[in-house]
Amino acid sequence: MIWLAWRQFRASAASATAALVLLAAALALTGPGLAEEYATELAACASVEGGGGCSVPGQRFFRDHRTAFFAVTGLVLAMPALIGMFWGAPLVAREFEAGTHALVWSQSVTRTRWLATRLGLVGLAAVTVAGLGSLLVTWWSPPLDTAASTLSRMEPVLFAARGVVPVGYAVLALALGVAVGMLVRRLLPAMALTLAVLVAVQIAVPALVRPSLLPPVRSTIEISETNAAGFRVARVGPDRVTVDAGDTGAWLLSSRTVNASGRVVGTVDVPTSTGPCGRSPEAGPGECLAEMTRLGYRLQVTYHPASRFWPLQWIETGIHTLLALGLAGFCLWRVRRPS
Amino acid sequence: MTAAVRADGLGKRYGRHWALTDCALEIPVGHVVGLVGPNGAGKTTLLGLASGQLAPTTGDITVLGDRPGAGPEQLARVGFVAQGTPVYDRLSVADHLRLGSRLNPGWDDALARRRVQRLGIDPGRPAGRLSAGQRAQLALTMGLAKRPELLLLDEPVAALDPLARREFLQGLMEAAAEGGLTVVLSSHLVPDVERVCDYLVVLVDSRVRVAAPVDDLLATHHRITGPRRDPARLPGDRHVVSASHTDRQSTFVVRGDAPVHDPTWITGRIGLEDLVIAYMDPTSTTVRTERDGHRTTLRVLR
Repeated sequence: MIWLAWRQFRASAASATAALVLLAAALALTGPGLAEEYATELAACASVEGGGGCSVPGQRFFRDHRTAFFAVTGLVLAMPALIGMFWGAPLVAREFEAGTHALVWSQSVTRTRWLATRLGLVGLAAVTVAGLGSLLVTWWSPPLDTAASTLSRMEPVLFAARGVVPVGYAVLALALGVAVGMLVRRLLPAMALTLAVLVAVQIAVPALVRPSLLPPVRSTIEISETNAAGFRVARVGPDRVTVDAGDTGAWLLSSRTVNASGRVVGTVDVPTSTGPCGRSPEAGPGECLAEMTRLGYRLQVTYHPASRFWPLQWIETGIHTLLALGLAGFCLWRVRRPS
Repeated sequence: MTAAVRADGLGKRYGRHWALTDCALEIPVGHVVGLVGPNGAGKTTLLGLASGQLAPTTGDITVLGDRPGAGPEQLARVGFVAQGTPVYDRLSVADHLRLGSRLNPGWDDALARRRVQRLGIDPGRPAGRLSAGQRAQLALTMGLAKRPELLLLDEPVAALDPLARREFLQGLMEAAAEGGLTVVLSSHLVPDVERVCDYLVVLVDSRVRVAAPVDDLLATHHRITGPRRDPARLPGDRHVVSASHTDRQSTFVVRGDAPVHDPTWITGRIGLEDLVIAYMDPTSTTVRTERDGHRTTLRVLR
């Protein structure tokens, strides 16, 4: 049975291998140069007196390589969908559509073994491809991940494209594709439905599930440029204060301003025509922030610190793997009693 | 002796539609069995159930004494060529034979190669580029080379031209003649069935109307024509299969061993096709009054 599973998967395996080799070659060729260029730019920024040449170190470097950065990240993000659509959905849907399930099911091999062998082989390939792909990208991207200071690897876009989570998504996508193909029994609808469900999962997981995989850190911090959590204060309007995660690498889930009595407020009530928060150019933002603090305003933030990257990665991979195993179990149960 | 296929109260439902209801049937081993019946009679469903492709909704079916598809051993004993003779378009003929040898412990590789060679099919050719006849032959080869005790074929020749049909059936007959193989072949082409089958099962609305060796059927069925009368008043102890009447004449297809001695009746032999049609007639005994003499002759046995 392994022979048939391999024979039917051979072409897909070959194209996946070719794609991986291309990716590996491209990343291996550009990776060392990238790291060097970033180091050079950082050194240049440090040597210029007062950092005059670069207000945000690495900004120019990131801008120069933005296209490659997003292309590579997008590739890893799309990989599960490709695996689900082109490996998962056709696995049984194509057999049903061509009627060949009747041919293979009348050989002396039980359907359970037939499906288990095929799932096992393609599953192994999915793990390998997603694992190698993510490993390559995770090795290649750190200079750019660091330079992209506003986009830490804890942010949903990068989180799902680095580390081990792509493997979790890949096996989930594969099992989902097979299960959908099993139920829909037609190739194109199965592929479309698989894609739709996967996109929904990729949106829903960071929005609804990932924040509560571990209890987020909640803290109330002072409004100042150097606060306890290391968040950067970004003033949006004259009377509004927000923070972003800055260089801390944390994943900021929410940031709310509270007044002296601890109530959440939408705006900060300080005079903006005169005083520290006025338009006097010589007064830096620090004084205004100090004035807000003096008036009792604080920031309430919830976030996952950067140190939780790997714990969250492993937990989420584990969840996806369990879901995939559940779906595979459903397929094996279902194939015994079709229609 | 164990029956090749035995069904009791067998039913299969798709959603709210019953494809087969309360089917009782027994097919003995050692025959080439023709399973005939109108479209929608449940032939495909019955073969699907017998091959283990489908699971019954109600009732029981046993094939060679065991539940269909019960395990690898049972699967090895039963060959199945599904409707449309599906093969893998992208795999070559040689790959198909390899598939068969890998997936069947009793695979007869010499037989498979011999058949492919004799058919003149290039083993390296993808199955998707074979003619319909060659595809059917490949599917049959796979069914035969696994050396089953029972081979089920669902409308294997429906899509073939007359020549390909003849070659296919020829190959099937040769394989069956080697002995030890029971064949159940569904078809709605009675001449094909007549050519290869020595046992006939007529299935109408999930019910078996008749199941007997073809020779017995032909020996015991007659068409009798005589003055018009009610079927109940026929001479002798006969079962009326179908009846049709004109103003003056009655024609019956009857089953019974004793010949008709009444000189007012003309007794004739009946061919297998007419016999099958007589059994397929849903009312079985139909009474028609025709005024137009010309059309009468055309409709005596519809």
